[in-house]
Amino acid sequence: MSDTSRYRIKQLSIFSENRPNRLGAVAKVLKEGSINILGFSIAEGAGYGVIRVLVDRPDLAKDLLTEAGFVVKFTEVLAIRMEDRPGGLYDLTERMKDINIEYGYGYRNPPYAVLIVRVEDIEKGIRSLLAGGLDLLDNVNFH
Amino acid sequence: MVYWNPIEVMPIPELKALQLKRLKMLVYKLYTFSPLYRQRMREAGVTPEDVQGLDDVRRLPFMTKRDLRDGYPDKLFLASPREVVRYHASSGTTGKPTIVGYTRNDIDSWSESVARGLVSAGVGPDDVLQVCYTYGLFSGGLGLHYGAEKVGAAVVPASTGNTERQIDLIRDLNVTVIASTPSYLLHIGEVAERMGVSIERDTQLRLGILGAEPWSDRMRDRIHERLGIKAVDIYGTSELSGPLWCECSEQKGMHVWGDMTLVEVLDPATGEPVPPGEKGELVVTMLEKEAFPIVRYRTGDVTTLTEEVCACGRTHPRIGRIQGRVDDMIVVRGINVFPSQVEHCLMTDPEVGNEFQIVVERRGALDTMLVKVELRPEAFGDRLFELDAIKDRLAHRLRDSLNVGVSVEIVEPGSLPRFEGKAKRVIDKRVY
Repeated sequence: MSDTSRYRIKQLSIFSENRPNRLGAVAKVLKEGSINILGFSIAEGAGYGVIRVLVDRPDLAKDLLTEAGFVVKFTEVLAIRMEDRPGGLYDLTERMKDINIEYGYGYRNPPYAVLIVRVEDIEKGIRSLLAGGLDLLDNVNFH
Repeated sequence: MVYWNPIEVMPIPELKALQLKRLKMLVYKLYTFSPLYRQRMREAGVTPEDVQGLDDVRRLPFMTKRDLRDGYPDKLFLASPREVVRYHASSGTTGKPTIVGYTRNDIDSWSESVARGLVSAGVGPDDVLQVCYTYGLFSGGLGLHYGAEKVGAAVVPASTGNTERQIDLIRDLNVTVIASTPSYLLHIGEVAERMGVSIERDTQLRLGILGAEPWSDRMRDRIHERLGIKAVDIYGTSELSGPLWCECSEQKGMHVWGDMTLVEVLDPATGEPVPPGEKGELVVTMLEKEAFPIVRYRTGDVTTLTEEVCACGRTHPRIGRIQGRVDDMIVVRGINVFPSQVEHCLMTDPEVGNEFQIVVERRGALDTMLVKVELRPEAFGDRLFELDAIKDRLAHRLRDSLNVGVSVEIVEPGSLPRFEGKAKRVIDKRVY
């Protein structure tokens, strides 16, 4: 059984109520800690949201944000490499039909692009994505 | 059943007849001898002849804390100074204190009321009762003291302070009953533990007569689990005399001695009685008080009333736990809402904290009520649907408990204002 832990990427999930510039407050903490943001998304709920961030130093970032009063939690996500061309996402989705994705977000990282996903069962997800011939990024690419 | 006075089990029709007789007498006395009350009654358009049934008490004007304060020091006294044998004073947190005077008979009936309550809770001559309420102008200490002495218990007048000595006394004098605030009793338990004394194993303490601050059934359970002490609720305020009514061993509400007192529980907004078992303001008429008459005094305390005969056999009405202050009440879409109800709902949910804020607004003709609660960090798990579920569950529970539609907003921990002392939970943005 191959080790799948290297595909698990630590994402920060930050609870944020709908107040002006909460994103700015998060970004400020990260800036002051000289932490680089690799990717992020904002999910909007009713009266609150979740800010999800990938950073180069997640442990330090979590400590600093917690200290600043934020509610922060680690969530394990997967990063799938995509071709940076029309149809890149489609090719991917064709090969991950049987996987239950809870949420995802993408970004360009020339020469390729990346799709970040949270799947229901991460172990099963990794095996099934690898079996489908997808290219999962190793977490050394992030932190 | 053991009772102190056979009047405690008087059949209800006889009790009501006695109350009416005493109410008529009281009104006649006030109208005749007190220019102040006569004027108030005239303003309300009522004469002693108008009081023909117990319900007619509602024709009499209310007394409020303000009346009492304006009467400082003794303008409301009916007895002459030479008949007064004692003074107490209510705490003057919101202004001048209220001075309460007592005649010999007042002290006797006050002690009688406490004695009946103590006996109903299982206190007797074999007991040693430690009074940990303050002795002095505050009526708690002496009130319990006189009642306990009357039933023949040995009283330890420990008053407040020096907790370690209190614990030594409890252990060395074989104290069986303690009268204190619930929080002080828990404090005693903690200090005893640090001293290496187990209240449950090393002392004879079995019963707590607890009051003078709001508390809950949850606290009652905690006291029982941690200290092995059965706890009963006691209520009274210095305006009414002092501690007056307490729960019997059934722990199902405090018996209000009807031969001495007429209680009403009213909708604070309309002044009409609420249906039995529903929350309202406790309004008290003391039927035989001499020095400082109390007629339809609005206590500002929120409680429930039941006139059902208690399982213990006593026939007098009972009031439930004090659930908050009327001043805190808000009316939303015609429904009375008390912040304490919201607090109670939130306390049962492990995923949110105890801090909360109520925001009431008016959209068009409709009131809206929003409850803001703080998320507990442990309850956060990255998923929005989990947060939505917490929100929906709370909204449901609040709606069930308050009978009014409520929306819930989950906010970050620590973001709601904290208060030292009395919390200001309600923001009413309605413009009338």
